[in-house]
Amino acid sequence: MAQDGTARHCTALHCSAWHCSALHTTHDPLSCAVHPQSNCIKTSKYNIITFLPVNLFEQFQEVANTYFLFLLILQLIPQISSLSWFTTIVPLVLVLTITAVKDATDDYVKRCQLPPNSTALSLCSLRQEQWMNVRVGDIIKLENNQFVAADLLLLSSSEPHGLCYIETAELDGETNMKVRQAIPVTSELGDTSKLAGFDGEVICEPPNNKLDKFGGTLYWKENKYPLSNQNMLLRGCVLRNTEWCFGLVIFAGPDTKLMQNSGRTKFKRTSIDRLMNTLVLWIFGFLVCMGVILAIGNAIWEHEVGVCFQIYLPWDEGVHSAFFSGFLSFWSYIIILNTVVPISLYVSVEVIRLGHSYFINWDKKMYCAKRRTPAEARTTTLNEELGQVEYIFSDKTGTLTQNIMVFSKCSVNGHSYGEHKRPEPVDFSFNPLADPRFQFWDPSLLEAIKLGDPHVHEFFRLLSLCHTVMSEEKSEGELYYKAQSPDEGALVTAARNFGFVFRSRTPKTITVHELGRAITYQLLAILDFNNIRKRMSVIVRSPEGKIRLYCKGADTILLERLHPVNQDLTNVTTDHLNEYAGEGLRTLVLAYKDLEESYYEEWSERLRRASSAPEAREDRLAQLYDEVEHDMMLLGATAIEDKLQQGVPETIAILTLANIKIWVLTGDKQETAVNIGYSCKMLTDDMTEVFVVTGHTVLEVREELRKAREKMMDASRSISNGFSYQEKLSSSKLTSVLEAIAGEYALVINGHSLAHALEADMEVEFLETACACKAVICCRVTPLQKAQVVELVKKYKKAVTLAIGDGANDVSMIKTAHIGVGISGQEGIQAVLASDYSFSQFKFLQRLLLVHGRWSYLRMCKFLCYFFYKNFAFTMVHFWFGFFCGFSAQTVYDQYFITLYNIVYTSLPVLAMGVFDQDVPEQRSMEYPKLYEPGQLNLLFNKREFFICIAQGIYTSVLMFFIPYGVFADATRDDGAQLADYQSFAVTVATSLVIVVSVQIGLDTGFWTAINHFFIWGSLATYFAILFAMHSDGLFQMFPNQFRFVGNAQNTLAQPTVWLTIALTTVVCIMPVVAFRFLKLDLKPELSDTVRARGRRGWARGGRPLPWGSLTHPPVLSSGALHSARAEEAEDPAPVHAARGARGLPPLRLRLLPPGGLRGAHHVRQEHAAQLPGALQLQRPAQRRLDRDPA
Amino acid sequence: MAVNYSAKEEADGHPAGGAMPGGAGGAVKTRKPDNTAFKQQRLPAWQPILTAGTVLPAFFIIGLIFIPIGIGIFVTSNNIREYEIDYTGTEPSSPCNKCLNVSWDSTPPCTCTINFTLEHSFESNVFMYYGLSNFYQNHRRYVKSRDDSQLNGDNSSLLNPSKECEPYRTNEDKPIAPCGAIANSMFNDTLELYRIDNDTRTPITLIKKGIAWWTDKNVKFRNPTGDGNNLTALFQGTTKPVNWPKPVYMLDSEPDNNGFINEDFIVWMRTAALPTFRKLYRLIERKNNLQPTLQAGKYSLDIAYNYPVHSFDGRKRMILSTISWMGGKNPFLGIAYITVGSICFFLGVVLLIIHHKYGNRNTSADIPN
Repeated sequence: MAQDGTARHCTALHCSAWHCSALHTTHDPLSCAVHPQSNCIKTSKYNIITFLPVNLFEQFQEVANTYFLFLLILQLIPQISSLSWFTTIVPLVLVLTITAVKDATDDYVKRCQLPPNSTALSLCSLRQEQWMNVRVGDIIKLENNQFVAADLLLLSSSEPHGLCYIETAELDGETNMKVRQAIPVTSELGDTSKLAGFDGEVICEPPNNKLDKFGGTLYWKENKYPLSNQNMLLRGCVLRNTEWCFGLVIFAGPDTKLMQNSGRTKFKRTSIDRLMNTLVLWIFGFLVCMGVILAIGNAIWEHEVGVCFQIYLPWDEGVHSAFFSGFLSFWSYIIILNTVVPISLYVSVEVIRLGHSYFINWDKKMYCAKRRTPAEARTTTLNEELGQVEYIFSDKTGTLTQNIMVFSKCSVNGHSYGEHKRPEPVDFSFNPLADPRFQFWDPSLLEAIKLGDPHVHEFFRLLSLCHTVMSEEKSEGELYYKAQSPDEGALVTAARNFGFVFRSRTPKTITVHELGRAITYQLLAILDFNNIRKRMSVIVRSPEGKIRLYCKGADTILLERLHPVNQDLTNVTTDHLNEYAGEGLRTLVLAYKDLEESYYEEWSERLRRASSAPEAREDRLAQLYDEVEHDMMLLGATAIEDKLQQGVPETIAILTLANIKIWVLTGDKQETAVNIGYSCKMLTDDMTEVFVVTGHTVLEVREELRKAREKMMDASRSISNGFSYQEKLSSSKLTSVLEAIAGEYALVINGHSLAHALEADMEVEFLETACACKAVICCRVTPLQKAQVVELVKKYKKAVTLAIGDGANDVSMIKTAHIGVGISGQEGIQAVLASDYSFSQFKFLQRLLLVHGRWSYLRMCKFLCYFFYKNFAFTMVHFWFGFFCGFSAQTVYDQYFITLYNIVYTSLPVLAMGVFDQDVPEQRSMEYPKLYEPGQLNLLFNKREFFICIAQGIYTSVLMFFIPYGVFADATRDDGAQLADYQSFAVTVATSLVIVVSVQIGLDTGFWTAINHFFIWGSLATYFAILFAMHSDGLFQMFPNQFRFVGNAQNTLAQPTVWLTIALTTVVCIMPVVAFRFLKLDLKPELSDTVRARGRRGWARGGRPLPWGSLTHPPVLSSGALHSARAEEAEDPAPVHAARGARGLPPLRLRLLPPGGLRGAHHVRQEHAAQLPGALQLQRPAQRRLDRDPA
Repeated sequence: MAVNYSAKEEADGHPAGGAMPGGAGGAVKTRKPDNTAFKQQRLPAWQPILTAGTVLPAFFIIGLIFIPIGIGIFVTSNNIREYEIDYTGTEPSSPCNKCLNVSWDSTPPCTCTINFTLEHSFESNVFMYYGLSNFYQNHRRYVKSRDDSQLNGDNSSLLNPSKECEPYRTNEDKPIAPCGAIANSMFNDTLELYRIDNDTRTPITLIKKGIAWWTDKNVKFRNPTGDGNNLTALFQGTTKPVNWPKPVYMLDSEPDNNGFINEDFIVWMRTAALPTFRKLYRLIERKNNLQPTLQAGKYSLDIAYNYPVHSFDGRKRMILSTISWMGGKNPFLGIAYITVGSICFFLGVVLLIIHHKYGNRNTSADIPN
């Protein structure tokens, strides 16, 4: 109890009529200060009053905004001010406003999503209370199928002995029901009056994140009662098969185990964000450098020239030395050059992301009609990261699977049923007790029953007898089964429909309706299922008096325990089993055994003695079970489909082709996870090897990982010739050797091994091994471990991770990963609330990444490149002009042009490109998943690309200044007047700049929608409209000192020389770009270019799209940096079709096991592999492929 | 650029009501996204691609357009007559050397005469410019040192000029009109041109009106308004710029060229973009079609040398020039056009060769598997 000082005391006080609200107090002086935790979880940030100050405060924490504020202050100093104050304040106010509006909407939306509101009954006079009002110490009543709102101590329930059933899928992903039991003293407190008299005190452990442990003591009526996890109902569970129960709130709100498990919320930024911040810092450094250069220039100039020029231009008051003048001019230049750090950058990026988010929300193809849920981008700041994902961490239950078990096939007496599908499901109308939802497609099974095939009869009899399902018959013929595991439910339901209806059970009997006849069997014994036995049996006595043992279990176990006479049947059945397993079905083998009366008597006597034995009871029971379950007769096998969600294998196949690695992290048990791995084609029979790590100690785990790595290295060593291997080894680190490994491997690791593998000294080893594998499955992991795995990959791989899940147990990993995706529409919205994106089907992930993510990334990169380019082209002209104006910080352009350039003249076309651009149509990105790769390799916007943009910008600025300079130096107008006056020069440079950047955006825009046309042409038109307006007589008459450029536009732009200059500048700026791009396209086209060009021709030829998959594997990989493994994969001629598995393969299916037969692999797949002749194992596709490889 | 419109990419085969199984009455608000081209990102679009078929012709066409234009400009520019004299007087031999260290207010003004010979006659209208070098009319502090409101005839600004004009805002507590460093430093040399024919000096008529922009003369610059047209009265209460010998209302005898609307003044106030510049000083109109405006022969330039530039290494020039449709002599533009045109053409050829030799000639061809 008082292990640590913070032990928590909660007390349910005596509730009387006058004080019925939830009561809470603490009896322990130590914890008096601890306020009982409310159940409300608050995430909204602002209210109406605090919004403005708080939001502004937050915005000015953004370095950029503070910087602009600082500039604004600088501009108010007359000696420094080189620009009017409004050139900075207009964009700043605009930016702040847009951001504020966005923050306000975001916050408002968030507020509306809270809390997951349902009501619970609060005790005493049983008041209805909001979830969020539940406090520690309250007693609440839960009803069937309600979510448990807080961590409760179970006090009593509707079921006998205070039992209650819960489903913990939200917590650990397991779907079978679990039993919780109230401690005997409280289980009698079945109604409110009795509960009102309950005034016990609970002292328990402090809040923690261990889902499977609880320690505490209940003090009541001067007695102590130990409490354990068996007495607890945790938040996130759902009450099942129990009409009602009462619970005492122990932990509420953030203290609940679920919330403790969800990890901390972090502000997520994309890698582009971080890169952008770095770049902005660099640009800032660059700005300072230019400022310094120009300031030095100014000091020298003032010292050499300016001091003599004072007869016409005296120094400002207070400026007495050239040095001081230089100092001032530094700040002046910082002001006019500040446009290289574009203030509108951040807000434009936000706008673009918002647009992309809307496209996600609007996507009809990510709308699930069944659940009526569209996809939702809950965060608007991560979109482009969706185009860079390298690792996907997926939950299993509810994410990959629908969590519906369906009896799909069976093999009876060597005959496989369910293979041949008919268009119509089998008609079960002959059976009034049939479950109408059950469907089976092969009528031959029913015919066999009708013909009276004894094997089939026995098969279904077994299914109807050998289980632990409870039945409930509300009215005659209306049966409900309550199964602990959905598998069992599916089997019993199948038997029910085929005429062997399990009707009811008592502790001693089972009543079955066999083809209309009610038969009651005496239940003599149940030999329980557990993880080691992997089987369960019942011993029943039929009405005729025969004693028979029915057994069902994993094929690995059961096939060894059959009577030798079954040999032939076993071979056939094994074939069937392999086939089923290859399709990802969950298989069980069924067998029976007749027991002699005398033998049974003797055995049951021993059993009775063993079960009452004081010590080693478990062992002795197991031994007895083992003894009787022997020499059994094989009946057949069942195959249950853990129904995958629609399109899961296809999605996984496409994502794999897109070079995304998928890891499944599930709380479910290993067999289930591996089965699902096969059925969703993550694991395939083509894999070279599946490593299974199940060690219980650090040493074992380390050893297993080491072995796996050695295997992989050995394989690649023996395949590639020694020389190149050595070379690889010496030239690169171990990691890359592992990444370059040949062959496909998979890793399966379970929870306790993972705990060791995640320890600091082994995590790198684990990660290296896991990353060398094509597929990784972690089973039996806790929510926190899921997060740790994600964290590990994030930490060492520098790759973008995405976590997808549907339950509360996935919240932690969803929050940890760069991108969290929640599957919505099912029960429970915890995952969705924590997620960044949500939709209702796993298959939409493919569209989210390959279409939306890819486009977002492409658009964002193009946007950034252009944005930096245009600002450098714009600003650097000032730098060159500095050398000709005495470094006086005179601007080249009109101040209005400077104000409007970024926010009016050039903002919308690039925004339109950032929102609408597409390089290839959406269906192409699905057809050619390789198109996704540039994002993962971060090819489209990185430091190199940035420097290219900057260089282009500077190049443009040089021409932008020096061509007009060359032309204007001595030129005169066609009326003889001077042409090279400052204002004409400004207008000429500004006009050519606007035209050049417009042509450039036209060149960058790959997808000219009407909107792009409108914005690009519109921007040009706006420029001229504003130019003429600003230079008009009217404005000048009103504000002569503000609009000094009066008459300039018409005078300057009427000059042919000016237009010749503009045309020349445009051509010289644009032509090299065109030539360069053309060469790149012509000599080294990216895959997207090829696809784009092809698509265009395809359309031109008659509007038919290309045959699917015809260009799956491009000859040109987008980067030379690709590892050989990737290159190899690219040459793999296997079709994209996700159907690269089960049915497409030749009839004789070779199981690809390692020659040595790794223990783990056997462990998992033994059942399918047992019969395999060793020689066949050489036929490895992976090896064949490598043999062909000239290297 | 290659063009293609991929408007409808796929027929939308989704049944309209599919989203609402058993929807009660159909009025149920569905969350199904609208199936519009915009929301589904299926807007019809033009998708240009840089193909050989578009890029190479573009280069050739630009080459073919630019080279003739360049030649045209070059020839035009070469046909323009231009004559330039530097009269700064830094060389001891120069007649103006004596005036080198002249100050603003020297009376009487230092005068000097420079004789020169035109080798070729100037056929059409001749424009006379003064040119200054190393004169930073584009310096930030210089550029802003003016009050356009005052120059536009605003009476309140006349008496209370903008602070931008400091330190030439007031003099002896009187507002300066026109205020500011630009006005204060107005060019005030007087240039007169004589033709020397058999030792007789014939003065050449220099027209001083029509040298400023129409908008400047009529919109931007205006004299203060008030009773009557007497400029002296209108400028009452102001003082002349420090460096000026006489006030602004005595710049010229003609009333429509006096005060702020004096064209010499307007021309000066239109500041130059670069430290070396020329400004239009006078026009010499062609008298009749029989005689060239300026015959080849000897001329002399009389200079009233008032404007000191020596202290900051400035230079002063007088330029005579004819003009064409594209203005005065401008060799840069012609040469630039010819060069760029040739480079484009050449680049086109190079690209063509590269494309044929190494190019992915058929982005079309099937990609080998």
